[in-house]
Amino acid sequence: MDMHLVDNIGADGIKQESNRKGFGRGLLAAGQQNDQIVALCADLTESTQMAPFAKEFPQRFVQVGVAEQNLVTVGAGMAAMGKIPFVSSYAAFAPGRCWEQIRTTICLNERPVKVVGSHAGISVGPDGATHQMLEDIALMRSLPHMVVVAPADSVEAEKATLAIAANDKPSYLRLSRADGAVFTTKDTPFKIGQAYVLQQGTDIAIMATGSMTYQALVAAKKLAKDGISTEVVHVPTIKPLDADTIVASARKCGRVITVEEAQIAAGFGSAIAELLSETAPMPVKRMGMQDRFGESGEPAELLKHFGLTADHIAMQAHGWIDQMPQYHR
Amino acid sequence: MMQLAIPQIQKMANTIRMDIINMLEAAGSGHAAGPLDLADIFATLYFNVLRHDPKNPDWADRDILVLSNGHCAPVRYAAMARAGYFDVSELKTLRKFGTRLQGHPERTRLPGVETTSGPLGSGLSQAAGMAKAMQIDGQTGRWVYCVTSDGEMNEGNYWEAVMFAAAHKLHNLIVIIDRNNIQIDGNTEDVMPLETLRDKWESFGWHVQEIDGHNVESIIDACSMARAIVEKPTVIIAHTIPGKGVPFMEYDYHWHGGLIPTPQQAKDALTRLRSLNGKISGDHD
Repeated sequence: MDMHLVDNIGADGIKQESNRKGFGRGLLAAGQQNDQIVALCADLTESTQMAPFAKEFPQRFVQVGVAEQNLVTVGAGMAAMGKIPFVSSYAAFAPGRCWEQIRTTICLNERPVKVVGSHAGISVGPDGATHQMLEDIALMRSLPHMVVVAPADSVEAEKATLAIAANDKPSYLRLSRADGAVFTTKDTPFKIGQAYVLQQGTDIAIMATGSMTYQALVAAKKLAKDGISTEVVHVPTIKPLDADTIVASARKCGRVITVEEAQIAAGFGSAIAELLSETAPMPVKRMGMQDRFGESGEPAELLKHFGLTADHIAMQAHGWIDQMPQYHR
Repeated sequence: MMQLAIPQIQKMANTIRMDIINMLEAAGSGHAAGPLDLADIFATLYFNVLRHDPKNPDWADRDILVLSNGHCAPVRYAAMARAGYFDVSELKTLRKFGTRLQGHPERTRLPGVETTSGPLGSGLSQAAGMAKAMQIDGQTGRWVYCVTSDGEMNEGNYWEAVMFAAAHKLHNLIVIIDRNNIQIDGNTEDVMPLETLRDKWESFGWHVQEIDGHNVESIIDACSMARAIVEKPTVIIAHTIPGKGVPFMEYDYHWHGGLIPTPQQAKDALTRLRSLNGKISGDHD
């Protein structure tokens, strides 16, 4: 399948935009299409990019102040009345601070509230560790009925927002603060629950989610120069996992590395490892935050410091190929 | 939708109290004090105050009742059964495997429950969200009632909702606090003092009423007045006696949830309730 990616992946001049902006556009479009869409924010309207919606639909925008427990729970109450609420704050606070309310009033209650966790990952930058949410994937994927999506770039974030608006399920959308390369296009397929093989390969499969997929693609280019054939699998929907695509890739390549801008404990890579351990048992190398908090710095230097760049992925792939036979299951 | 007169509501509250004793004895676990002291309020709500239709729990125009202190579910289940939402015989399935009457109420299990609750302090936020949605849609003549405990006011989430409702002028939201002065570890004023409660709510921008939570006429009047207040949301602080109606339980915080009546205690309680608190007697007692 042609993924219709841009043709300058890895180039310095590639367009940069934070995926929050894609969410902001998607939310506005969703609101224009369906007047039951409402947006709730905890005092972060500009930085969560809810501002365009709030400006267009002031009567459908609800400010709750810095009160994230109230944020998600008022959302649950509005969903009880047939509204489709998007509730947003920084991921450290939603779901970080209000996980129990999400569990009880959204998941157990089965209400289609969309929790949007902005500023996830270490690329939050100078604000430091307190605001660099790394545990949100673990928190949200462990909840029954919750859909978890981490879009790769702003174009995909817009599509993901529209898809989530229509899925009638509790959902979590993970967004970044920093600008990221825009490498998908309007023709790139996106469907909740679907993983995509962006590049075919045979020596090793690199499976990534969110912001790390671009890094995986750039790493694959480097590896190609060294004669290594890399399969890059983009997994924007962490839950429900597209088992067919993931297992097929794993079986084909026999070696798997996962990459996420999050704690590896109970995160995306763990989800892959859990799946493969039952269906196609093989060692899985999980790249991500290795049980550490972040710290203040510029996004680029933090990613480098914590080993989450294309160079690091390429190095890890070399090492994994040297160490590991291929487990063709 | 039925509207009973005051003496009939009082009798219904008594019946609900008996249902609660029977339910808890059959279940072998659950909470006694709160449900018993809420019986008058629930009888009044389900048989006079609420606009609702037991045969049509999703009726789009209905008033909504949120029970924030979800552990008091037994009183809600009993009131719902007596009102005709389901058969009274189902009450004995409380807390049993496969039941629709879960230990803490779950929306998806039982039509009419409106929302899931149990973890304290979050019901008011949900109720406020419902009221806010009604406000956005310009709905009038419909109210959201939210029953809460006093102990759960320890939770920060609770006060977030209190501020929110006042800020958004949710006058279609009416809170009824079960002010029974107890929580698990003791009396509220010993564990985490709440007084002066009236002052707190007024300073947060709410209209405050205080009533005897066992006086049916007062409950009806307070709700009427609450509906008439349009500049701010209303809270009705309903002073109650924990365990009301069962003399050996009254005023004792140990009956909040850790204890279930023994078969003999249950028998004594039911005898007392059947006699309408000593007003009548029968040969079989």
